[in-house]
Amino acid sequence: MTLEEKVITIIMEQLDVTREECNLEASFIDDLGADSLDLVELIMEMEENFGIEIADNELEKIRTIQNAIDFLRSKGIK
Amino acid sequence: MKRRVVVTGLGAITPLGNSVQETWAGVCASRSGIGPITKFNTAGFATRIAGELKNFDPLIFINKKEARRIDDFIIYALAAAHMAMADAALSVEEAFAERTGVMIGSAIGGLSTIHKCIEEVIQKGPNRISPFTVPAILANLAAGHVSIRFGAKGPIGCPVMACAAGTNGIGDAFRAIAHGYADVMIAGGVDAAISPLCIAGFNAMRAISVRNEHPEKASRPFDRQRDGFVIGEGCGIVILEELSFARRRGARVYGEVAGFGSTSDAFHMAAPPPGHAGAARCMKAALGDAGMTPAEIDYINAHGTSTPLNDEYEVQAIKTVFGEHAYRLAVSSTKSMTGHMLGAAGGVEAIFAVKALEDGIIPPTINLDNPGDGCDLDFVPHQARKRAVRAAMSNTFGFGGVNAVLIFKKFRD
Repeated sequence: MTLEEKVITIIMEQLDVTREECNLEASFIDDLGADSLDLVELIMEMEENFGIEIADNELEKIRTIQNAIDFLRSKGIK
Repeated sequence: MKRRVVVTGLGAITPLGNSVQETWAGVCASRSGIGPITKFNTAGFATRIAGELKNFDPLIFINKKEARRIDDFIIYALAAAHMAMADAALSVEEAFAERTGVMIGSAIGGLSTIHKCIEEVIQKGPNRISPFTVPAILANLAAGHVSIRFGAKGPIGCPVMACAAGTNGIGDAFRAIAHGYADVMIAGGVDAAISPLCIAGFNAMRAISVRNEHPEKASRPFDRQRDGFVIGEGCGIVILEELSFARRRGARVYGEVAGFGSTSDAFHMAAPPPGHAGAARCMKAALGDAGMTPAEIDYINAHGTSTPLNDEYEVQAIKTVFGEHAYRLAVSSTKSMTGHMLGAAGGVEAIFAVKALEDGIIPPTINLDNPGDGCDLDFVPHQARKRAVRAAMSNTFGFGGVNAVLIFKKFRD
């Protein structure tokens, strides 16, 4: 599974959205119906899955699916 | 001048069924909803039986994401409220949203979530806890989610009143309408507390039955062999409306809320006083509130927990209040079939009282083979009975010495 596929699978499960809704530019809050607590839980799930820690100040940069993928790549995740 | 309040919608999920229809058919057919606990491994527990919901599908009422972020007790309340609103053919419109309120009691709140999250804190440390932990636990979030779902912007509350919570929910809602604070109330009680902590805790108090080999025989109110209550889970919700409001929208009326009583024993944190004076005062208070005489009550849905103390003392209290009429009215404990749903009991049993008025059927007390000492009233043993009911009383009492009693009567213009 590619990183993109892994991330989208987690998002579909956490936010109860379909594959079709998960285009890379989709915003978690504006397009996928997440609130701030959903985002915290989503980030925790990614931390758990990829074995990393994401600081609160880094959270602000993760607004879209592409942001999340770019961030994970910057942490060396493939 | 108090305004008249009528019941226009009913919704329930119980160990006997996932609707009022199934549940009512179950109690009228003397069916037991008690069985082995399947929610967790009961090895080592003195009690291994309970009244669990059967084949309940939360995804009929909420989506997967919501289901994960709220405790079962909130899901049950959303399900029962949804059915009650549909039964009343009611949707909250902007014009009366601020006059529509929610009052849903719970004894325990999100106990299963508390248990799970404590384990997570211990195993994974303090930084791995779901951000939904706190709002999943708080007892008032059943009322909160129902208010969000249906757009009810009026008074809101959650009486945390142990095993009387559901009755207090409906009683407080009744008062809110009667005294002009609201025109419509979504009211009742809920609990989903079949969890290791709860079973172990009640076992430590020696409060629950250990008749594990015969689950369907374990809840036996007023019987000589009773050995404690059987914990159940579920939710009962009623829609209450001010009479003229209900009339204007052409609502079907099940019955009228006649009166509500609330008293405290001021005696002991768990045990009732001999003679159950607090319960007797509470029944009198409800009769006084209703402006009714004892002789006008045809049926009492008893608290009837199947504990040695409650059942004997409740009978004494009924005799104190009703005198000779105590032997003429019918008294039954539907907990013999549903188990004791804690905060949900008052909600569901209020629905039974209303259905008894509507159908002229009194649900039975099952497993009453040999009445215990002092238990000599007409408990409608084993089989439901046809009998016209003009007015029905619903008794609930709880830890803390709380007592709550509702009276429903047939609606007449």
